[in-house]
Amino acid sequence: MTGNAFKVWALHLGVLAALLAAQFVLPAYHNGNLARIMVLAVYAMGFNIAFGYTGLLSLGHALFFGAGLYGMGMLVALAGWGAGAALTAGIAAGGAMALAVGLLALRTAGVSFMIVTLMFAQAGYLTILYYTPYTRGEEGIVIDRAARVLLGFDLSDDGVRYFAAFALFAAALLVKLALVRSPFGRVMVAMRENEERSRMLGYDPFRIKLAALVLSGIYAGAAGAAYGLLFGYVGASFASIQYSILPLLYVLLGGAGTVLGPFLGAALMFYLIDLASGITTAHLLVVGVALLVLVLFAPKGILGALRDRGLKWLP
Amino acid sequence: MAAVTLLEARALTRHFGGLRAVDGVDFDLAQGEIHALIGPNGAGKTTFVSLLCGRVPVQSGSIRFAGQDITRLPAHARVRAGIAYTFQITAIYARLSVLDNIALAVQSRGASHLAAESMAALDRVGLASRADMLAGELSYGHQRLLEVAMGLALRPRLLILDEPTQGLANSEIDAFKDLVRGVVPDMTVLLIEHNMDVVMDLAQRITVLNFGQVLATGTPDEIRANPAVQSAYLGG
Ligand SMILES: Nc1ncnc2c1ncn2[C@@H]1O[C@H](COP(=O)(O)OP(=O)(O)OP(=O)(O)O)[C@@H](O)[C@H]1O
Ligand SMILES: [Mg+2]
Repeated sequence: MTGNAFKVWALHLGVLAALLAAQFVLPAYHNGNLARIMVLAVYAMGFNIAFGYTGLLSLGHALFFGAGLYGMGMLVALAGWGAGAALTAGIAAGGAMALAVGLLALRTAGVSFMIVTLMFAQAGYLTILYYTPYTRGEEGIVIDRAARVLLGFDLSDDGVRYFAAFALFAAALLVKLALVRSPFGRVMVAMRENEERSRMLGYDPFRIKLAALVLSGIYAGAAGAAYGLLFGYVGASFASIQYSILPLLYVLLGGAGTVLGPFLGAALMFYLIDLASGITTAHLLVVGVALLVLVLFAPKGILGALRDRGLKWLP
Repeated sequence: MAAVTLLEARALTRHFGGLRAVDGVDFDLAQGEIHALIGPNGAGKTTFVSLLCGRVPVQSGSIRFAGQDITRLPAHARVRAGIAYTFQITAIYARLSVLDNIALAVQSRGASHLAAESMAALDRVGLASRADMLAGELSYGHQRLLEVAMGLALRPRLLILDEPTQGLANSEIDAFKDLVRGVVPDMTVLLIEHNMDVVMDLAQRITVLNFGQVLATGTPDEIRANPAVQSAYLGG
């Protein structure tokens, strides 16, 4: 193992160990927050696979999050599926939705791609509202406590919920770390950096980008399905434009194209909103100012800036 | 030269609006030769090789490569089939390390020992000691060299070099000539080049393009002696 590989694994395993320990140290309020942050970070990590690594700026990721959330929720609520099967189905729904969108949207690039993905997500959101008899529209679906039992563990219990969120986050983080350090991860970055050059090295841009988008959708679907199960609620607002923008903000804040950036961004943004809403009702203004400062002084996000200033090995 | 034909283009044509960039070109490449493509600025050289490697879609005509019709094959599939193109304007991944750049070429052809073969490919052009640098931090000459190394690392059957010596110092040009001589006859080289010394030193055959059409094809001596070529290009 080279020195850099050692540093990389030490850092990421260290973060995971700290998160695992935090459960026993932090007060209950922060426990709940961190569970939420870890699930949202999985969503943002998926967004980062497409945006940060492959250069695909989608404005429609809420569709993939929503596919996971509703895929899981409706199977539990309408078909009486167990949590484990519904979770798996939700993950698959995120990936399948990304495949379908990608097959069409990846014929475009740049601004057109942003608009097409935005339109798809908006269509998905309106579909959820339109089929209110099945989706319960604005009101949403509450997942019964009885249905929130996975492998015998009661996910509505705070401690179990934290551990479940942690397990998902840890798996997602380690898979992503392996992915971005793999030959395929290198090809994703190559697509982002110079598509024409990559094509002339024998890589099919459409297939590479489609594969990255599907992986991204699987992450988003997993996060959506887990969110519904862990917090017991499936609602249309999670499929709205706001939830397409959130992972973008997390990733920009933490550092696009870094493995830990999405988590860092999600945590900071979460607590920033939390703090600001305690002080002023104009908490979104605080968020806006924070983002402005970021774009002006650290356009590559926090970890992106650190990578430029000496931590070159940061994946 | 009773050689096997690696590539044959027939009546290859590409117009941009009214501009006849490539206009009915017949062209043959013999396996293992170094073939130079010369002609004045704007003659259509880059456009012609772009048709061969698939960067620009063929308007009419046909291309056969290693016995297979590749006229409609997408660019990335032609690379897999064994045609590598190095860009006239340096196209490397400036923000990635030199090693990552070369590894992208090596892994594209499916190498079993990625790290070792990448370093070997860098060593071949004398860039091994710079493996960890960002490619964008290399000197211009080294960037050109990396570009050529990426083409070589694909182990293509046909290597197309589009003005590889542009902007290189004389010492670098000598090293480059040795490099190209070393890849034939395993590979076939199609070389676009303005530097006549390089062309006359390296090429076994030369094709002269002018206004999108073939003005002449022949050995260096034949081309030098050709009056039409002299008036259009060499003499000028
Ligand atoms: N994509 C394009 N659209 C329109 N015109 C083009 C395009 N590509 C090339 N041309 C034109 O076609 C002609 C041939 O260009 P090409 O680049 O093939 O010439 P060249 O022989 O490579 O020249 P040079 O020696 O300067 O590299 C030029 O007049 C150029 O302006
Ligand atoms: Mg040219």
